[in-house]
Amino acid sequence: MHLEYQVFEADFVNAGAASSAIKKTLKQLNVNPQIVKRVVVALYEAEVNAIAHAYGGMIYADIDADKIIVKVVDKGPGIPDIEWAMQEGNSTASPEVRNMGFGAGMGLPNIRKNVDRLDVQSTVGVGTSVEMEVRFV
Amino acid sequence: MTLKEIAEVLEAKVLCGHDRLNEEHESAFASDLMSDVLTLGDYNPVILTGLCNMQTIRTCEMGNLDIIVLVRRKKASEEMIEEAEDEGMVVMESDFSMFKACGLLYQGGMQPIF
Repeated sequence: MHLEYQVFEADFVNAGAASSAIKKTLKQLNVNPQIVKRVVVALYEAEVNAIAHAYGGMIYADIDADKIIVKVVDKGPGIPDIEWAMQEGNSTASPEVRNMGFGAGMGLPNIRKNVDRLDVQSTVGVGTSVEMEVRFV
Repeated sequence: MTLKEIAEVLEAKVLCGHDRLNEEHESAFASDLMSDVLTLGDYNPVILTGLCNMQTIRTCEMGNLDIIVLVRRKKASEEMIEEAEDEGMVVMESDFSMFKACGLLYQGGMQPIF
Protein backbone atom coordinates (compact mmCIF):
# COMPACT_ATOMS: atom_id res chain seq x y z
CA MET A 1 0.00 0.00 0.00
CA HIS A 2 1.37 3.40 -0.97
CA LEU A 3 0.17 6.63 0.67
CA GLU A 4 1.19 10.22 0.01
CA TYR A 5 0.51 13.42 1.91
CA GLN A 6 1.58 16.98 1.30
CA VAL A 7 2.65 19.22 4.20
CA PHE A 8 2.94 22.99 4.10
CA GLU A 9 5.32 25.42 5.74
CA ALA A 10 4.09 26.77 9.11
CA ASP A 11 0.75 24.98 8.72
CA PHE A 12 0.51 24.18 12.43
CA VAL A 13 -3.26 23.86 12.33
CA ASN A 14 -2.95 20.69 10.27
CA ALA A 15 0.29 19.40 11.80
CA GLY A 16 -0.31 15.75 12.57
CA ALA A 17 -3.02 15.17 9.95
CA ALA A 18 -0.84 12.81 7.90
CA SER A 19 0.38 10.97 11.01
CA SER A 20 -3.19 10.62 12.18
CA ALA A 21 -4.29 9.18 8.81
CA ILE A 22 -1.43 6.67 8.78
CA LYS A 23 -2.23 5.71 12.38
CA LYS A 24 -5.80 4.90 11.39
CA THR A 25 -4.62 2.86 8.40
CA LEU A 26 -2.21 0.80 10.51
CA LYS A 27 -4.93 0.18 13.09
CA GLN A 28 -7.27 -1.02 10.36
CA LEU A 29 -4.53 -3.38 9.19
CA ASN A 30 -4.40 -4.80 12.74
CA VAL A 31 -0.76 -3.90 13.29
CA ASN A 32 0.30 -4.40 16.93
CA PRO A 33 -0.68 -1.21 18.85
CA GLN A 34 2.79 -0.83 20.40
CA ILE A 35 4.33 -0.85 16.93
CA VAL A 36 1.70 1.58 15.65
CA LYS A 37 2.65 3.93 18.45
CA ARG A 38 6.36 3.77 17.53
CA VAL A 39 5.60 4.50 13.88
CA VAL A 40 3.24 7.33 14.68
CA VAL A 41 5.47 9.05 17.26
CA ALA A 42 8.41 9.01 14.83
CA LEU A 43 6.29 10.14 11.91
CA TYR A 44 4.61 12.91 13.89
CA GLU A 45 7.98 14.31 14.97
CA ALA A 46 9.14 14.23 11.34
CA GLU A 47 5.89 15.81 10.13
CA VAL A 48 6.19 18.62 12.68
CA ASN A 49 9.83 19.11 11.63
CA ALA A 50 8.83 19.54 7.97
CA ILE A 51 6.19 22.10 8.96
CA ALA A 52 8.26 23.91 11.58
CA HIS A 53 11.68 24.00 9.94
CA ALA A 54 11.17 23.51 6.21
CA TYR A 55 9.32 25.10 3.34
CA GLY A 56 6.85 22.20 3.36
CA GLY A 57 7.27 18.86 1.65
CA MET A 58 5.87 15.41 1.03
CA ILE A 59 5.31 12.31 3.13
CA TYR A 60 5.46 8.94 1.36
CA ALA A 61 4.46 5.79 3.22
CA ASP A 62 4.84 2.25 1.90
CA ILE A 63 3.19 -0.44 3.97
CA ASP A 64 3.60 -4.13 3.33
CA ALA A 65 2.95 -7.27 5.35
CA ASP A 66 6.00 -7.01 7.60
CA LYS A 67 7.08 -3.36 7.66
CA ILE A 68 6.37 0.29 6.97
CA ILE A 69 8.83 2.62 5.29
CA VAL A 70 8.07 6.33 5.59
CA LYS A 71 9.97 9.02 3.78
CA VAL A 72 9.53 12.68 4.66
CA VAL A 73 11.07 14.85 1.97
CA ASP A 74 11.13 18.60 2.44
CA LYS A 75 12.05 21.51 0.20
CA GLY A 76 14.79 23.00 2.33
CA PRO A 77 16.54 24.91 3.76
CA GLY A 78 18.46 21.75 4.75
CA ILE A 79 20.41 20.84 7.90
CA PRO A 80 24.04 22.06 7.90
CA ASP A 81 25.18 19.62 10.63
CA ILE A 82 23.08 16.46 10.96
CA GLU A 83 25.19 15.08 13.80
CA TRP A 84 24.53 18.24 15.83
CA ALA A 85 20.80 18.09 15.03
CA MET A 86 20.61 14.45 16.17
CA GLN A 87 21.77 15.35 19.69
CA GLU A 88 19.11 15.82 22.35
CA GLY A 89 18.60 19.45 23.29
CA ASN A 90 19.95 20.99 20.09
CA SER A 91 17.34 23.05 18.30
CA THR A 92 16.97 25.93 15.88
CA ALA A 93 13.22 26.24 16.42
CA SER A 94 11.51 29.63 16.23
CA PRO A 95 9.59 31.08 19.21
CA GLU A 96 6.36 30.20 17.35
CA VAL A 97 7.38 26.54 17.19
CA ARG A 98 8.29 26.58 20.88
CA ASN A 99 4.87 28.04 21.68
CA MET A 100 3.36 24.97 20.07
CA GLY A 101 5.19 22.77 22.58
CA PHE A 102 7.98 21.75 20.25
CA GLY A 103 11.52 22.93 19.65
CA ALA A 104 13.15 21.26 22.65
CA GLY A 105 15.66 19.48 20.47
CA MET A 106 13.98 16.13 20.98
CA GLY A 107 12.54 15.52 17.51
CA LEU A 108 15.28 13.64 15.69
CA PRO A 109 16.44 11.79 18.85
CA ASN A 110 12.83 10.72 19.45
CA ILE A 111 12.57 9.47 15.89
CA ARG A 112 15.78 7.46 16.24
CA LYS A 113 14.48 5.78 19.42
CA ASN A 114 11.28 4.59 17.77
CA VAL A 115 12.42 3.21 14.43
CA ASP A 116 14.40 0.16 13.31
CA ARG A 117 16.23 2.06 10.57
CA LEU A 118 16.74 5.79 10.09
CA ASP A 119 18.44 7.54 7.22
CA VAL A 120 18.70 11.33 7.25
CA GLN A 121 20.13 13.01 4.15
CA SER A 122 20.35 16.75 3.82
CA THR A 123 21.76 19.28 1.40
CA VAL A 124 21.79 22.92 2.44
CA GLY A 125 19.75 24.96 0.01
CA VAL A 126 18.02 21.89 -1.38
CA GLY A 127 16.25 19.99 1.37
CA THR A 128 16.19 17.12 3.81
CA SER A 129 15.00 13.56 3.43
CA VAL A 130 14.19 11.49 6.52
CA GLU A 131 13.59 7.84 5.75
CA MET A 132 12.50 5.52 8.51
CA GLU A 133 11.58 1.89 8.66
CA VAL A 134 9.65 0.06 11.35
CA ARG A 135 9.28 -3.71 11.17
CA PHE A 136 6.05 -5.28 12.37
CA VAL A 137 7.68 -8.45 13.75
CA MET B 1 -7.59 7.81 41.87
CA THR B 2 -10.70 7.80 39.78
CA LEU B 3 -10.98 10.53 37.17
CA LYS B 4 -13.91 11.90 39.15
CA GLU B 5 -11.70 12.20 42.24
CA ILE B 6 -9.00 13.88 40.16
CA ALA B 7 -11.53 16.42 38.87
CA GLU B 8 -12.76 17.09 42.41
CA VAL B 9 -9.30 17.51 43.93
CA LEU B 10 -8.23 19.86 41.11
CA GLU B 11 -11.60 21.69 41.20
CA ALA B 12 -11.56 20.99 37.49
CA LYS B 13 -14.26 21.39 34.89
CA VAL B 14 -14.66 18.25 32.79
CA LEU B 15 -15.04 19.21 29.12
CA CYS B 16 -15.43 15.81 27.54
CA GLY B 17 -15.27 12.14 28.42
CA HIS B 18 -17.90 12.37 31.17
CA ASP B 19 -18.73 8.70 30.66
CA ARG B 20 -15.23 7.66 31.72
CA LEU B 21 -15.07 9.39 35.12
CA ASN B 22 -15.30 6.16 37.11
CA GLU B 23 -12.07 4.88 35.55
CA GLU B 24 -9.22 4.42 37.98
CA HIS B 25 -5.73 5.67 37.10
CA GLU B 26 -2.54 5.45 39.08
CA SER B 27 0.07 7.52 37.28
CA ALA B 28 0.48 11.04 35.95
CA PHE B 29 3.01 12.98 33.90
CA ALA B 30 3.35 16.76 33.73
CA SER B 31 5.00 18.70 30.92
CA ASP B 32 4.51 21.62 28.60
CA LEU B 33 6.82 20.03 26.05
CA MET B 34 5.08 17.82 23.57
CA SER B 35 8.26 15.98 22.59
CA ASP B 36 8.62 14.93 26.24
CA VAL B 37 5.07 13.66 26.19
CA LEU B 38 6.00 11.53 23.18
CA THR B 39 8.80 9.74 25.05
CA LEU B 40 6.51 7.84 27.42
CA GLY B 41 6.52 4.49 25.63
CA ASP B 42 3.60 2.24 26.45
CA TYR B 43 2.39 4.15 29.50
CA ASN B 44 -0.90 6.05 29.49
CA PRO B 45 -0.56 8.40 32.45
CA VAL B 46 -2.87 11.33 33.13
CA ILE B 47 -1.21 14.24 31.30
CA LEU B 48 -1.04 17.60 33.07
CA THR B 49 -0.04 20.47 30.82
CA GLY B 50 -0.23 24.21 30.49
CA LEU B 51 0.15 23.94 26.73
CA CYS B 52 -3.29 24.58 25.35
CA ASN B 53 -3.65 24.36 21.58
CA MET B 54 -4.50 21.81 18.91
CA GLN B 55 -1.05 20.26 19.22
CA THR B 56 -1.86 19.26 22.80
CA ILE B 57 -4.71 17.09 21.55
CA ARG B 58 -2.86 15.87 18.45
CA THR B 59 0.26 14.94 20.40
CA CYS B 60 -1.76 12.98 22.92
CA GLU B 61 -3.59 11.26 20.07
CA MET B 62 -0.25 10.21 18.53
CA GLY B 63 1.03 8.98 21.88
CA ASN B 64 -2.16 7.03 22.77
CA LEU B 65 -2.59 9.33 25.75
CA ASP B 66 -6.23 10.01 26.40
CA ILE B 67 -6.58 11.88 29.68
CA ILE B 68 -5.55 15.54 29.65
CA VAL B 69 -5.71 18.07 32.47
CA LEU B 70 -5.15 21.65 31.33
CA VAL B 71 -3.70 23.65 34.21
CA ARG B 72 -2.93 27.36 34.89
CA ARG B 73 -6.43 28.55 33.90
CA LYS B 74 -5.89 27.49 30.28
CA LYS B 75 -9.14 27.13 28.34
CA ALA B 76 -9.59 24.64 25.53
CA SER B 77 -11.02 25.88 22.23
CA GLU B 78 -14.18 24.40 20.73
CA GLU B 79 -12.02 22.84 18.04
CA MET B 80 -9.82 21.13 20.65
CA ILE B 81 -12.83 19.75 22.48
CA GLU B 82 -14.36 18.44 19.25
CA GLU B 83 -11.15 16.66 18.27
CA ALA B 84 -10.74 15.23 21.78
CA GLU B 85 -14.34 13.98 21.74
CA ASP B 86 -13.72 12.27 18.40
CA GLU B 87 -10.75 10.50 19.95
CA GLY B 88 -12.71 9.46 23.04
CA MET B 89 -10.46 11.49 25.34
CA VAL B 90 -11.14 12.92 28.78
CA VAL B 91 -10.20 16.61 28.97
CA MET B 92 -10.53 18.83 32.04
CA GLU B 93 -9.53 22.38 32.96
CA SER B 94 -8.12 23.39 36.32
CA ASP B 95 -7.34 26.92 37.49
CA PHE B 96 -4.50 25.62 39.66
CA SER B 97 -0.84 26.03 38.79
CA MET B 98 1.06 23.02 37.51
CA PHE B 99 2.90 22.76 40.84
CA LYS B 100 -0.27 22.80 42.90
CA ALA B 101 -2.08 20.36 40.60
CA CYS B 102 0.84 17.92 40.70
CA GLY B 103 1.16 18.26 44.47
CA LEU B 104 -2.51 17.54 45.05
CA LEU B 105 -2.50 14.48 42.80
CA TYR B 106 0.68 13.14 44.41
CA GLN B 107 -0.94 13.63 47.82
CA GLY B 108 -3.97 11.76 46.54
CA GLY B 109 -1.84 8.74 45.70
CA MET B 110 -1.02 9.27 42.03
CA GLN B 111 2.41 7.92 41.10
CA PRO B 112 5.09 9.25 38.75
CA ILE B 113 6.09 6.96 35.89
CA PHE B 114 9.77 7.58 36.56
